[in-house]
Amino acid sequence: MLDASEGYTTEDGRKIGGVVMEMKNITLRFGGVVAIKDISFDIREGEIRAIIGPNGAGKSSMLNVISGFYNPQEGQVFYKGDLRPPMKPYQVARQGIARTFQNIALFDGMSVLDNIMTGRIRQMEAGLFAQAIWKGKAEREEVENREAVEKIIDFLEIQHIRKTPVGRLPYGLKKRVELARALAAEPSILLLDEPMAGMNVEEKEDMSRFILDVNDEFGTTIALIEHDMGVVMDLSDRVVVMDYGKKIGDGTPDEVRSNQAVIDAYLGVAHD
Amino acid sequence: MVQSSQAAEGLASIPALLQRNATQFASKMAYREKEYGIWQCWTWAETEKEIEALALGFINLGIKEGDFVAVIGRNRPHFYWSMVAAQSVGAIPVPLYQDAAAEEMAYVMDHCGARFAIVEDQEQVDKLIEIQDDLHQFEHMIYVDPRGLRKYDHHKLHTFTGIQEQGRAAYWEFIEDLKARREKLTYDSICVMLYTSGTTGKPKGVVLSNRNIIEASKSSAEFDNLNKDDEVLAYLPMAWVGDFIFSIGQAYWTGFCVNCPESADTMQTDLREIGPTYYFAPPRVFETQLTNVMIRMEDAGRFKKWLFDHFMAHARKVGPAILDGKPVGGWDRFKYALGNMFVYGPLKDTLGFGNVRVGYTAGEAIGPEIFEFYRSLGINLKQLYGQTEASVFITVQPDGEVRNDTVGVPAPGVEIRIDESGEVFYRSAGTFEYYYKNEESTKKTKDPEGWVATGDAGFFEEGTGHLRIIDRAKDVGKMADGRMFAPKYVENKLKFFPNILEAVVFGNQREQCTAFINIDLTAVGNWAERNNIGYASYQELAGHPRVLETIKEHVEEVNRSLAEDPMLAHCQVHRFLVLHKELDADDGEMTRTRKVRRGVIAEKFEDLLGALYDGSGEIYTTTEVTYEDGRKGSISATLQIVDAKVVPVEAPGKVAAE
Repeated sequence: MLDASEGYTTEDGRKIGGVVMEMKNITLRFGGVVAIKDISFDIREGEIRAIIGPNGAGKSSMLNVISGFYNPQEGQVFYKGDLRPPMKPYQVARQGIARTFQNIALFDGMSVLDNIMTGRIRQMEAGLFAQAIWKGKAEREEVENREAVEKIIDFLEIQHIRKTPVGRLPYGLKKRVELARALAAEPSILLLDEPMAGMNVEEKEDMSRFILDVNDEFGTTIALIEHDMGVVMDLSDRVVVMDYGKKIGDGTPDEVRSNQAVIDAYLGVAHD
Repeated sequence: MVQSSQAAEGLASIPALLQRNATQFASKMAYREKEYGIWQCWTWAETEKEIEALALGFINLGIKEGDFVAVIGRNRPHFYWSMVAAQSVGAIPVPLYQDAAAEEMAYVMDHCGARFAIVEDQEQVDKLIEIQDDLHQFEHMIYVDPRGLRKYDHHKLHTFTGIQEQGRAAYWEFIEDLKARREKLTYDSICVMLYTSGTTGKPKGVVLSNRNIIEASKSSAEFDNLNKDDEVLAYLPMAWVGDFIFSIGQAYWTGFCVNCPESADTMQTDLREIGPTYYFAPPRVFETQLTNVMIRMEDAGRFKKWLFDHFMAHARKVGPAILDGKPVGGWDRFKYALGNMFVYGPLKDTLGFGNVRVGYTAGEAIGPEIFEFYRSLGINLKQLYGQTEASVFITVQPDGEVRNDTVGVPAPGVEIRIDESGEVFYRSAGTFEYYYKNEESTKKTKDPEGWVATGDAGFFEEGTGHLRIIDRAKDVGKMADGRMFAPKYVENKLKFFPNILEAVVFGNQREQCTAFINIDLTAVGNWAERNNIGYASYQELAGHPRVLETIKEHVEEVNRSLAEDPMLAHCQVHRFLVLHKELDADDGEMTRTRKVRRGVIAEKFEDLLGALYDGSGEIYTTTEVTYEDGRKGSISATLQIVDAKVVPVEAPGKVAAE
């Protein structure tokens, strides 16, 4: 059923591996409202996979299904070849899936550094008591994790705000801090919910650069939701297009661009 | 002549000094760089090993004696090592401004014919790839930060660590060769080639020998008693002669430690963490810091503000005198000590100046009020006057003789004379060898006896022997009625106001003076915030009626102060406008060291200049701008032209009518 062995090579020569996550016939309902209707697609290792669509198309719901926050009424989610049972979000996080949010969800009163450190929670095992007296394992862990976090700070070029409380940062930087926290978890799949929303052109370009660099440097598989067509087409390897909860297109940016259903959804068609 | 033709104790080159330091100061810190949130350190012995590995790698890569090696990046130990490693193998390092656009770089790379370049990251690699096709001699590139470069073709692209590893692996193969090359270096070998920023025309490659650099470093280090325990923060552009003298020349001569900040944005924090004892900055840095302090004090509570104002007033009164060791009354001393405990000390610490023993400002004239501010805090800030062609030092201010209106006395070993027209000439051991591939300019600037024209007009003050610089000789002009026009002097007065970032004054061959002004976005933006004035861009804020009103007040205040000076009373600014864009080096309006290019500006904004003189009240204009990545766009705006009040002065120059 899963052709996990197969991969492909992108235009710029990156090797994309087998399927890491497959969504099969997903249907998600909220009471009488059908948010997602019978959607199937897969995410392959090392690729940048985008989910796009107009407002209310069901993109965020889809992302929430991937992240395990919503359990679909119908359909299955396969992760690394295994059928994933309904899970709590923290269980999904343990499996190596990290995400950012459309409306930034950081701890405003904490410094950038501490916020990113929270992303390392999976890597810390020392108990409460050991943490409190900060000896032995707790100390060692803290040093190791701080080092990992510092590498991410360096990577995302946010050294200058390391000790600044997040609440005082402008929007574009908060988004970057959120990405840093997600990266700190060393995820195998990174989910980005509208990483470019509300940004100006320059901030968008910076963010695109970082997303590409993350994918390139750490080989992280990235699934992102985005509104801005231009950005998505430049960034992603394959794109799923949704409209009114249905999948209306799936393929490389070029294929999607020339897909009539997609053009209609974005530009609108005359209804008689 | 005081020039010594032979180096002391056989220390005739920077690599030789490195060998000495590696044995003499083996376990003392040579470099620190903040990375991953921690200060990473290298002792002199470790530094020597790093540089040796790199030099061996260079030989392995095929760098020959006499080759030019471009170094492009921000201040990092790797680039300082690269320069010394290049010298060790007999090559000539050429540091370039890393923020230069690709085509500016193309000119310099082509002019020196560099075969190799050591660059920082993807941004620089991309720039060089873009211009590579026009550079016939260019071969290999070495980068420090691998990020984003994984997929590039690595035939002629190498990692910095990779080159060092290859060097270590080929140790036995090349070590004899390296030693031989190192020993061949003499006092006359070329130490470095630096490109001038070029306020006019194309940059010129200034060739400096080991003698120039070492003699200049040695005498200046002795002048200020610099020693191995000093600390500096290296943050000025590496392509600038100042950084080369401080971070390589003096550092290798005395053995002090060079600290590199984590990134350009963390400079202030890093400065504070290191607490340098020896500090150097162009006036702009001091201006920015003062503006920041003032902005923060505006936001402070009333009691704090009162405390600050009260003690700063006292500091202005007695601070400089205490610093100069002049007699000051006991009560004033006590009050100053109190102020030091509650205001000056914490402020100095916040600014990162808590440990500064010697601080210099140079490159441009500093506003007297800014200068006094730092001196009154007890920071030993001094002025020096220098040039790339002089290996920096022409005049310096000795301790206890610091004044804001002079640039000091001739530096040790420097002879100065002033010709009939008022231009300053100098001659010293630091005087450059020649301009690379530019014999004509060399001849024009340096005469056969070694005297070099500075291009600045100045005079020695009677009694003290201090040099006073009036202006760039070619900027000093005459107004239509024949009186002296000194634009810089007026501009500096304008720039003292925190709201004014940059000013360009016109008036040569004209009836009256006018000015273009750039507002300081930080200061004016903060003011706008406090007054509930919304704005979306620099342009919008610059055109706001209340901003224009404020600037008008500043201009009128400058006019009043100018009116008191009989020499320059006629240089009052009659009309001005606030430019719709910030003057920028990317648009060619300023040099990379941020000096205004008067000619370029007058030409580019010809329509605006015309409007300043034809009496019109506003003008519509469109200007082309270049973005950081080299793309071009244009902005247009309607600018208000403001008439400023001038204080009427009698024209003493009115020589019997007609």
